[in-house]
Amino acid sequence: MIQLTHSPIDADLMVRSAQSPAAGAVLLFLGCTRQHTAGRETTELVYDAYEEMAAKELATLEATARERWGLVECLIVHRLGVVPLGEASVAIVVASPHRKAAFEAGEWLIDTLKESVPIWKQEHWADGSSEWVHPTK
Amino acid sequence: MRVTVKMFAAARDAVGPSVDVEVPDEATIASLRGQLMTDYPQLADLIRRAMFAIDATYANDDSVISSVSEVACIPPVSGG
Repeated sequence: MIQLTHSPIDADLMVRSAQSPAAGAVLLFLGCTRQHTAGRETTELVYDAYEEMAAKELATLEATARERWGLVECLIVHRLGVVPLGEASVAIVVASPHRKAAFEAGEWLIDTLKESVPIWKQEHWADGSSEWVHPTK
Repeated sequence: MRVTVKMFAAARDAVGPSVDVEVPDEATIASLRGQLMTDYPQLADLIRRAMFAIDATYANDDSVISSVSEVACIPPVSGG
């Protein structure tokens, strides 16, 4: 299941829906708005997406992870719009029979999402300025 | 032909949600990129680093654009 939403993410619901008798391991990753980045203070993040393509890319990530790690369940939700401090902009839940596959799949999913899914964050700094983040790698 | 290119993030703030670009028929992404950099010099650095998508799928520099393609400029992404 993948979803782009403008509402707060209900991670508890995601975890509950991933639990099943086949899943010996259920892993949750939350990416949250951090207050300090390289010594600067953030007040909030704003996320924008090329929604049609982002949904397609997320679905491809889900299908790839399910196949590569034999997952029982895989859920990816990314929030768009304003994400206040401490709240989650992205939640990934994976369930597998054993924990190793869940840890590996979870790490691969967030790493690959950050590299390839057309979603952008805008930092809103405490000094009132803001900027889109376009990493140079 | 005229190609409408969707823009996002810093590129959209600079030039709006989409721009029209005049390119030869059957132009490639490489030639579209070059024309965009000429038309919007203030965005040249970002466009040089951007990916492009045709019909919501990543394209490469050799990909050919048709007049009915939906084309998007994808500056370096920062989701997560």
